[in-house]
Amino acid sequence: MEETKHTMTMLVDNQPGVLSRVAGLFSGKGFNIESLCTAPTMDPHISRITIVTKANPPVIEQIEKQLRKLVNVVKLRDMTGAKAVKREMALICVRARPDLRAEILRIVDIFRCKVIDVGAEHYIIEVTGDEGKLKALINLLKPMGIKKIARSGTLALYREPK
Amino acid sequence: MKLTGAQILMQVLQEEGVDTIFGFPGGAVIDIYDELDKTDIRHILVRHEQGAVHAADGYARAGNRVGVCLVTSGPGATNTVTGIASAYMDSIPMVILTGQVPTQLIGNDAFQEVDIVGITRPCTKHNYLVPSAEAFPRIIKEAFYLARSGRPGPVLVDIPKDVAKAVIDYQPIEEVRLKSYNPTYEPNMKQLKKVVHLVEASQRPVIFAGGGVILAGAAAELTAFARKVRIPVTASLMGLGAFPGTDPLWLGMLGMHGTYRANMSTGACDLLISIGVRFDDRVTGKTDAFAAQAKIVHIDIDPTSIRKNIPVTIPIVGDCKISLQHLNQLIEQADMADVEQKRQGWLAQIKEWKNTKPLAYKQEDTLKPQFVVEKLYELTNGEAIITTEVGQNQMWAAQYYHFDQPNHFITSGGLGCMGFGLPAAIGAQMACPDKLVIDIAGDGSIQMNIQEMATAVQSGLPVKVVILNNAYLGMVRQWQELFYGRRYACTGMDCAPDFVKLAEAYGAVGLRATKPQEVESVLKEGLSASGPVIMDFKVDREESVYPMVPAGAPITEMLLV
Ligand SMILES: Cc1ncc(C[n+]2csc(CCOP(=O)(O)OP(=O)(O)O)c2C)c(N)n1
Ligand SMILES: [Mg+2]
Repeated sequence: MEETKHTMTMLVDNQPGVLSRVAGLFSGKGFNIESLCTAPTMDPHISRITIVTKANPPVIEQIEKQLRKLVNVVKLRDMTGAKAVKREMALICVRARPDLRAEILRIVDIFRCKVIDVGAEHYIIEVTGDEGKLKALINLLKPMGIKKIARSGTLALYREPK
Repeated sequence: MKLTGAQILMQVLQEEGVDTIFGFPGGAVIDIYDELDKTDIRHILVRHEQGAVHAADGYARAGNRVGVCLVTSGPGATNTVTGIASAYMDSIPMVILTGQVPTQLIGNDAFQEVDIVGITRPCTKHNYLVPSAEAFPRIIKEAFYLARSGRPGPVLVDIPKDVAKAVIDYQPIEEVRLKSYNPTYEPNMKQLKKVVHLVEASQRPVIFAGGGVILAGAAAELTAFARKVRIPVTASLMGLGAFPGTDPLWLGMLGMHGTYRANMSTGACDLLISIGVRFDDRVTGKTDAFAAQAKIVHIDIDPTSIRKNIPVTIPIVGDCKISLQHLNQLIEQADMADVEQKRQGWLAQIKEWKNTKPLAYKQEDTLKPQFVVEKLYELTNGEAIITTEVGQNQMWAAQYYHFDQPNHFITSGGLGCMGFGLPAAIGAQMACPDKLVIDIAGDGSIQMNIQEMATAVQSGLPVKVVILNNAYLGMVRQWQELFYGRRYACTGMDCAPDFVKLAEAYGAVGLRATKPQEVESVLKEGLSASGPVIMDFKVDREESVYPMVPAGAPITEMLLV
């Protein structure tokens, strides 16, 4: 059966150890985590965890059921597909030789991202977007030499009814 | 009302109807013990904390209630882990109270500090580190609620010493509500109606019952259902006793050491109604071949059990008892008039399997372990509560003792944890003082928690231990014999204590039989003694458990005697 990528978000009790319960479930049951983000919501007692995972349909079903079974998971939603907006942020430190600087800045412009740090040998670029955009940008910058990269992992929110 | 944390704990325990605790004291729980001593709650002082947890497990199962244990921080807490893991695998309702170092020392590597909440996260239904005295009453209440509701399980509460000492204003908590935890008890009626149609249409139906039926108190409902629709019943190890072992519709246990007829009929059935099971690999064998011709109905309270290992035709999330009650009502309206006639062929086929390949062992001059269990069954009229250790002893107990009632067979099913049987027997005896409670043991396993003999003697609990002594880690030896060219690597228990003298050293009675002719008299004498007894049966050393399905093979491919 084919493995597909799924983005799940859950509202959880904002208490010590809850993240470890969620992450421990994935490692203990042999599920895979591609990325994981967590931060408090407007309600200080509740945090939102967003996880991107890759698995075949029966395993996705198990992951969802197992997460729902955790006492601290209040609500779980599969954010895969167009019904949710998804964004990821990356900080990319790219080698910036004098002869390539203009080219890099043109790419930054086209992708509507920002240079947030400049040095004799490098730029640090801040980019936000969906997975496809980040991938495209990284592919373009790769030949110039990416020194370091930090990615946030995916965030997702369900679209409100129009 | 101004109370200390320890006093609040006593209040809540009494509100929850707790009358027995299994435990072992230490520095971090002195305050709690000091208060416990002032209540009417009975405390059973074990000799090892693992024993406390297994005893609470046996108590919970025999008595159908939440088992409670109390241990100190650090080593006391880590000693409970195996017991907790066993209770978790078998879904046993239990609350484990562990002491913890004072809050301000947590994280300092303080004396006897261990992160037991972190350690037990994957083997508890839920667990808590009590963050403040104010949160304590609600947490204990939640712990009991979680332990017994939905799919039951062990819940651990880690109590820092300062929380036990702190004085706060106590307000009893009337009701527990958790916004994120709502087990589904009521099954979907549409799905249940589909089950009735399948029952009407099926030619070769089988019911497969598991521990969930016993936990839900649904054995009577299951029995009524099976008899009404004339469907033969098999069970997992955990489900033994969910359906009477002497009923003509009983197929025997399913799986790796299941009966020939149970495995064959599951292989041949066209409808498998599975209730309160989780399709463990010891039951299914090769999953692709399991009940391959059948439409599968699966009723369970835990949605994660459904479609985890086996695809199902009709999934039903709900309480086993409520679901069976509905099924029993629905079946009244179904067309069951000619059921007797319809089942004739199928039941005849099963009878033939039973007659041609019955559960059997070679009758020889040596003392056979199966014979000991058969005699035990006979002499106790099948009415004893049986606990087991793990290995061959456990399988022979499951095969040759027949259970007519639920809550009478108490074994570490999921974890398969040696050392379970004796402490579990102690717990069961506490729950059922008037019952005969017998641990069917192996010579290896019994040595893992033998120290609990002192607990039995001190607490006046007349448990009986029947050791099927083959001087081997027999089940492992059996695998070595069958699949590892008879290379018995490290499974010979050549040095063992003299169990008769050992029993006497503990202040119990010790008896021994070495020949078949001695079995009856030893059993009679041992079972009628008023205190704890160890009976040492020196059995045929290389006897093996049959039938056996090699791991990963289809369950219809059995090695037979
Ligand atoms: C704590 C633990 N350690 C190891 C095992 C692996 N194991 C399963 S059965 C068995 C043999 C048990 O020997 P004994 O108690 O003498 O029982 P027998 O099979 O001989 O009846 C062993 C070592 C286990 N189940 N539990
Ligand atoms: Mg042995």
